[in-house]
Formats: sequence, structure tokens, C-alpha cells
Amino acid sequence: MQGQLVIMESDPDNIINEVTQSDYKYGFVTDIETEYAPIGLSEDTVRYISLKKNEPEFMLEYRLKAFRHWLTMKLPEWAHLEIPPIDFRDIYFYAAPKKKKQYESLDQVDPELLATFDKLGISLEEQKKLAGVAVDAVIDSVSVKTTFSETLSKYGIIFCSMSEAIQNHPDLVKQYLGSVVPYTDNYYASLNSAVFSDGSFCYIPKGVRCPVELSTYFRINAANTGQFERTLIVADEGAYVSYMEGCTAPQRDENQLHAAVVEIVAMKDASVKYSTVQNWYPGDKSGKGGIYNFVTKRGICKGSNSKISWTQVETGSAITWKYPSCILLGDNSVGEFYSVAVTNNYQQADTGTKMIHLGKNTKSTIISKGISAGKSNNSYRGLVRISKNASNSRNYSQCDSLLLGSACGAHTWPYIQVENKSSIVEHEATTSKISEDQLFYCQQRGMNAESAIGLIVNGYAKEVLKQLPMEFAVEAQKLLSISLEGSVG
Amino acid sequence: MLLSIKNLHASINGKEILKGITLDVNQGEVHAIMGPNGTGKSTLASVIAGREVFDVTAGEVIYKGKNLLKLAVEERAREGIFLGFQYPVEIPGVSITNFMRTAVNEIRKYKGLDPLGGGAFLKLMEEKKKLVELTSNLANRSVNEGFSGGEKKKNEIFQMAMLEPTLAILDETDSGLDIDALRVVANGVNKLRTKDNAFMVITHYQRLLDYIVPDFVHVLFEGRIVKSGTKELALELEEKGYDWIRKEQEGKGIAG
Repeated sequence: MQGQLVIMESDPDNIINEVTQSDYKYGFVTDIETEYAPIGLSEDTVRYISLKKNEPEFMLEYRLKAFRHWLTMKLPEWAHLEIPPIDFRDIYFYAAPKKKKQYESLDQVDPELLATFDKLGISLEEQKKLAGVAVDAVIDSVSVKTTFSETLSKYGIIFCSMSEAIQNHPDLVKQYLGSVVPYTDNYYASLNSAVFSDGSFCYIPKGVRCPVELSTYFRINAANTGQFERTLIVADEGAYVSYMEGCTAPQRDENQLHAAVVEIVAMKDASVKYSTVQNWYPGDKSGKGGIYNFVTKRGICKGSNSKISWTQVETGSAITWKYPSCILLGDNSVGEFYSVAVTNNYQQADTGTKMIHLGKNTKSTIISKGISAGKSNNSYRGLVRISKNASNSRNYSQCDSLLLGSACGAHTWPYIQVENKSSIVEHEATTSKISEDQLFYCQQRGMNAESAIGLIVNGYAKEVLKQLPMEFAVEAQKLLSISLEGSVG
Repeated sequence: MLLSIKNLHASINGKEILKGITLDVNQGEVHAIMGPNGTGKSTLASVIAGREVFDVTAGEVIYKGKNLLKLAVEERAREGIFLGFQYPVEIPGVSITNFMRTAVNEIRKYKGLDPLGGGAFLKLMEEKKKLVELTSNLANRSVNEGFSGGEKKKNEIFQMAMLEPTLAILDETDSGLDIDALRVVANGVNKLRTKDNAFMVITHYQRLLDYIVPDFVHVLFEGRIVKSGTKELALELEEKGYDWIRKEQEGKGIAG
């Protein structure tokens, strides 16, 4: 079955428009000395990056294979997005903060950088004190600081930057990198495989339940720098980990390309919970600037009884192209996708998930909540595929769209393929608007329109927000309000 | 004088609903507004609360010495005007606790007060729940979602208790209530009555006025107040029905 539901309206709706037309609140630029790769993309760029990072031979080969494959590929055009042409010759593919020695204490860290963290409210100093959260903070491309590593190493947990993992755990990297998202997977994943700068690596050994929430903050910080993060999470048999990723980016005019790849491997009885709050700069009210976010996120439930759960709150980026997916290979494995995607002004989002059922008795749940405001376009695109051998499998999908104002678009494109008769697939979809009655009710109780919309939208997204780890949920609620209103929070 | 309405005209989509309302309300008074369906009772409530779909075409409304018609909806609310809705709207996913806390703290901010902390707020909620005999765990549910008619109305009264308005307008709060729920609602109102606040109770039936005894009763007909009196007027209406008013007005030749 293949369906499509498109809602477009054109009448103005003043109050909501006023409220939703606010500027990006996290726009600032930090002046840190940066070292660039030569502008543009060629085999030399790839070699430069690999050399700069002092990588072993196998990595260089991997990158070159990816690059050569990428040259043969074409930009995907199937998404419901209007993407301005990207000139890959005009992009810096690698930027690293220049002072890249190992830091032993915060005193040695560039004060500008620390100030950036302060502005973000995530200073390492504070983070260190925040019990239970280990932070691997990434500014541009090189990991600057890793905390809590020692605590984690007691459990045999490896949590470090991808660069460090390549140096210190090459066997694990070799075994798993590209095993879920091969370098041939898609245009942006191939590009990432060729030029990825850094990212996070996480390995939870057999039977270990990671005692803390792992989190990484990403931040684009150098003008005209493509950001290519690479994350790999491996949960060995019976392991559990909750991983959080969140980001904000400085305001600026040039469009910035972001093409990350995240791979998750869950072995038998393992469970991985991956939570994201994405708040890249969305461009200004007239649609100028903003991040292009082309992300490939995929997990494989490799062993039986394994589970992968994606939760995402997408409020940023000018363009979002992102489908965190699960390959349910192991019998009885479980995949989950909880998503809130907000688009405002001229933002465009085409996001959703793929649930590929291969094992028997596999289960997947999809809860997607789209919120469109301004002149934005918000699409849900999801594939549920139940293969012939995946007997007695189940999927439940719920895709809701909420419209604020009448110049925005909400679109739902569910693809459902079922190849056996013992499985059950359910799909529900609703589209609603914030009603004038709801707004009036809230305002009559003393709330201004901004608070009212924040409250209503957070209520609408609650099912997803409650999936987030506690400290993240609070941040996400604020982000939802901020991205629609500006001052609330 | 708390509220002074003079020659108020209001229309929706070009159709005039209120055709010259004049009404004074003092602190400490309860006014009942009665009248048949479609005569403008709810419109009057909406216009006072500031609903934008209605256009005020003439007249003035002075509240606490201010030109009420110039204030935004939320400013009116923060100045102490509360509207108990006839059909309270559902807000999925928003708990009453969260809803009320947002409202209470925005009003406090307007008054230059610090926001109430979690503990103090919950304590206030418990107090008010007791006051209006709200026994269920309504507060943990989403605003009005899946509520019965009675629960919705009790929730309105509970919110009124939380916000302590100076002027409360109850728009057919009695509609759809069984006698027990009616009593709970009325008791809530009676407990909240003070010499400093005032109520406008909009109702079809005299029944509610057995429990909430009004100081004045006004009959609204075809967008005008055609009769005012004391609580006895309500009894007379109950006995004679609205046809009595209709005939009287037709006699004057202004109906239709």
C-alpha cells in the first residue's frame, strides 16, 4: 500500500503568524582559530583529512573507496524538498580547532571555547558536576574534551571520539564501521564515509548496563564548513545504553551542509535508546541561510530479543532529510521511532523512519508528530516492510500533523509492504489545527498567545517527549516553545 | 462601579447580535442573565471576555475605570475577568496542573509577583479542590479531555477558584448538569462570593438560581435587556415562560 495525504491552505491567520515569526535565539559565533582543509573536494582532500588525523591505512582505503563511489552517484531528488544546488567545490570539508593538544584540565582549554559552552548553558565545568551525564563535546570536527571516560572504563565501556577509536580500537572500528550504513548506501552517506571528520564511538561490552546517560553536543562553528559527523554505537550481548545527542548552531547567512551518519548495532538481548534534540540554525524569517541537514541514521537489531529505540525532536535546520531506521534481523527484536518535527517560516522537513522486519515475531512502533507553522513544509515519510520470513510480526504507526496558521503544509507518505499473512500492520493518521477555541480558552485564563501555543504544542507532542531522558525532555520542551515563539521558555 | 456597559452593539460576520446593552454591575453583586436561546447571552459573555470574532460596533464597556474594549483577552483575564465556558474545549496532553500553573504564574507576573514554586502551587491546588469539592484526580488528566459534561463544568469552577477573579461570568454553567453536579457548582460559587467580587450568571432556567441567589435578574431578548428585576423575576419567568416576554415585546412592535 502506498498513500499520500497532502494538506495545503492559503488563508492568513494573523495571531499564529505573529507568534511564530520569531528570530533564532541561539545565534552567536565563537572566534576560535580554525585549521581548514583546502576548499573543495577531491581525492587529495580525502587524503589530507586522513593524513591530518594520522589514520591507519584501512581507514584511508575506506574513505577512498567511498569517495570513488560517491563520484558515480547522483543527488537524490525523491524527497518533498526544494534543495538549492550545492556547490561541493565551494565547501571546506574539514575544519579543526588549531590548538589540538590533549587537555588535562579545563584551564588549558581555549577560553573562547569555554565561553561558547557557557552561552549554550552546557559548560563542561557544569557538565562534570552534573552527576550521571558523561559528555563528549564536539566543536566543529575534533573532540575537544572527554569527561567521565575513566568512570566508564571501569565497566569496560568505550566512549570516545571516533578519531580516538580509530587510533585505539581499530579492530572494533574495522568490524562495525559501515556494517549498518555501507559506504554505497546513499549519496550523503557515501560523502560522509569519504570525508567524515569526527564523531562519537561507543561500545558497551557483554552484559553491561551503562550506568549513565551518554551525551554528545554537536556544534557547527566555522563559516562554510561542511560538517560530517560519524557515530557508531555497539551494544554487545545483553548490554544496555541510553545515548543522547543534542545541538545548537550559530546564526549566519551561508548555507551549511551537514551530512552525518549514525550506526547502531544491538546484539542478542541488547538494548539501545538513542535520543536527539536537533536545533541547527533554521535560516531567518525570510528563509535566508540555515543548515542543510542530510542525515543517515540506522540501527540493526542483530541478535534475538534486541531493541533499538529512536527518539528525535527536530526543531532546526533549513532543510531536514532524515529517516532513523531499524533493521529487525533478530527474532523477537523491537524497533521504535518517536519523533516530533517542527517547521516554521520557510523550513522544510522530510523525515520519518524505516522499519525493516526480517526476523520472526518482530515488533515496531512509530509515533510521529509533525508541527508546521509559517510557510514551512513538513513531511512524514515512512516505510514499514515485513518480509516473507518475518512471521507474526507487528507494526503500529501513528502519524499526526498539527498546523499552525494556514500557509504551511503537512504531508504524510507512508509506504507499507507486507509479504506474509501472519503479520499485522496498523497505520493511523490525523491532521489538526490549533483551534481558535483552544487559544481563546488559554488566553481567557491569562496566558498570552505565545505561552498558549507553547502549552498546546507541548501537549500535542507529549507522547514523544515523555520518551526522552528527563533532563533532555525539559530542554526539548523549551526548544519546542522557542522555535515556535521566541520568548517563552 | 466594577463594570459599566453602555449601549453595547456587537455583530458577527455583519450580523448584529447585541443591539444596545446597558448594564451596571457593582462589587458584591450577583446578576443573573436569562433569556431564550439565540438572544445574545453567550455573545455578551464573549464580548466582555474579548473574543475577537465579534465586532463591537457601538457603545462602551468600562471595567475598574478602564476602557475594557481596548484590552487584549489575556489582559482582561489578568485584570480579574473570568469566563466559565459553556463548552470548555479539550487540550490533549496538557494536564490541568500544568495548565493552571501556567495561568496562575502569568497572572502573578502581570501583577509583579514572583511565580509560585511547585510546592506552594500544589498546596494551593489542594485547598481549592477542597473548596469546590473536587474529589476526583481530575487535575492529573489532560484539560477537559474525555471529561463528562459535569466534570467539565466542575473543572471550570475549580479554575475560577484558582484564579480568584473579580468578575466571573458563568455561561450556562448549569446546562447538562444533574442535580448533584449542579449543587457542587453552585456551592463553589457561593463559597467564592465576597463583597469584593461580582458574578454574572447566564442561564436558561430558574433551577440554578435556587442555589445561587441573584441580587438582580435581567432578561435578554433579541439583543437587548428588556426586563430587569430581583430574584422574583426569575420565578415569574419560570412560571410564565419566555413566550410572555416575546408577546410583550411584539406588543411593543420591536421584535423580529
